[in-house]
Amino acid sequence: MSKTQIYATSAEAVADIPDGATILCGGFGGAGYPSNLISALAARRVSKLTMVANNAGHKALFDYGGVRKVVCSYPLGPTSKGFLEVLDRGEAELELEPQGTLVERIRTGGAGLGGFLTQVGMGTELAAGKQTVGVDGQEYLICKPIRAEFALVKAQKADRYGNLIYRHAARNFNAVMAMAAPVVIVEVSEIVDGYLDPDTVHTPGAFIDRLVKAE
Amino acid sequence: MSIWSDEEIAHRIAQDVDESWLVNVGIGMPQIAVEPLNQRGIMLHSENGIIGLGPSPAPGREDPEVIDAGKGFATVVDGGSFIDSATSFMLIRGGRLGLALMGAYEVSVNGDLANWRLSGRKIAGIGGAADLAFGAARVWIVTSLFSNDGKSKLVHSCSHPLTAPGVVKRIYTEHGIFEPAGDSFRVVSLPEGMSAEELFEKGVPISIEALSPR
Repeated sequence: MSKTQIYATSAEAVADIPDGATILCGGFGGAGYPSNLISALAARRVSKLTMVANNAGHKALFDYGGVRKVVCSYPLGPTSKGFLEVLDRGEAELELEPQGTLVERIRTGGAGLGGFLTQVGMGTELAAGKQTVGVDGQEYLICKPIRAEFALVKAQKADRYGNLIYRHAARNFNAVMAMAAPVVIVEVSEIVDGYLDPDTVHTPGAFIDRLVKAE
Repeated sequence: MSIWSDEEIAHRIAQDVDESWLVNVGIGMPQIAVEPLNQRGIMLHSENGIIGLGPSPAPGREDPEVIDAGKGFATVVDGGSFIDSATSFMLIRGGRLGLALMGAYEVSVNGDLANWRLSGRKIAGIGGAADLAFGAARVWIVTSLFSNDGKSKLVHSCSHPLTAPGVVKRIYTEHGIFEPAGDSFRVVSLPEGMSAEELFEKGVPISIEALSPR
């Protein structure tokens, strides 16, 4: 038996995400972005969300003021339209992290660790608010793990056991986020008959709670 | 006075790269080096998850799931691979990247790099710039020597927020190639007919040796 449940629609797959939830959202720009799941959230007008993603490209959520906080590495560019207006109006907060630090904070969150140490950002304003610690004569910044209640992920193929294969450069943050929340919801292009070859699986179904075929 | 074209700058960069290096080519002006590096068979890295970045696809062959770090359509060369973001940055911080080519707002005489936020601007994106600047074995800058308002981007001390302190090893510009040397910039090479004195008079803090007769 698999714990992974297959949902008929994106709306049902995100039906229990409450106001105020913290959500990990896969993708780099549009590649690997779970747009059906985000649209389904927007349709419910879920509010006060904290969105953790590489970019701030959640236009469907910004349009009705559904986001309270964005944690990302790059809040500009065509995928981030709408965010700056919300930020300007003081309706949202931004936490900016170097991309590698952001993904590692998510990875350590999923791995059950208390964070990690890095020198990236030391001696710059990117270190603001972070404690430092010395290890073997080297100074490091202490980076806390990121934990979230839900992860929204996009994959290319899945089997009914929840095993996933990503396509090309759409793997990006998805593979890490799929291991970093107690409820992982995956939008896939295809759910195969039978099962995926175990040698080809990128993320094992043991991490995956819900699957829905992209509408 | 002559200056180098983008093609000439790119050619010089490609000549100076060791073919064993994995190279990350940043957004903006560094992109001029993609083609000559591809032609030399040098493996390129894109931090969003590609090892073996190739040239832009032909019209009609674009794939929205094969993009580079600037979110432009890309291709993958033979021998390349796709990786997740955590692996991509392990590779950067872990010392597997021989070179990061990056743009710059300013570089200081001791190699400080400012290339992510202009001072006075409230919001900017850092992306992978800090990770690359801290993690790559070497950081070379590809930029115009002067900003739009005519100021030298090579400075004694950066006025914009730093991406990383003391990391820049070399700067490639249309007016020559320079290296941070502690209290000034060393001139590595100048275009034919370019005078070091003239650059010095325009505010580029190059070393006195470059100004003495050769």
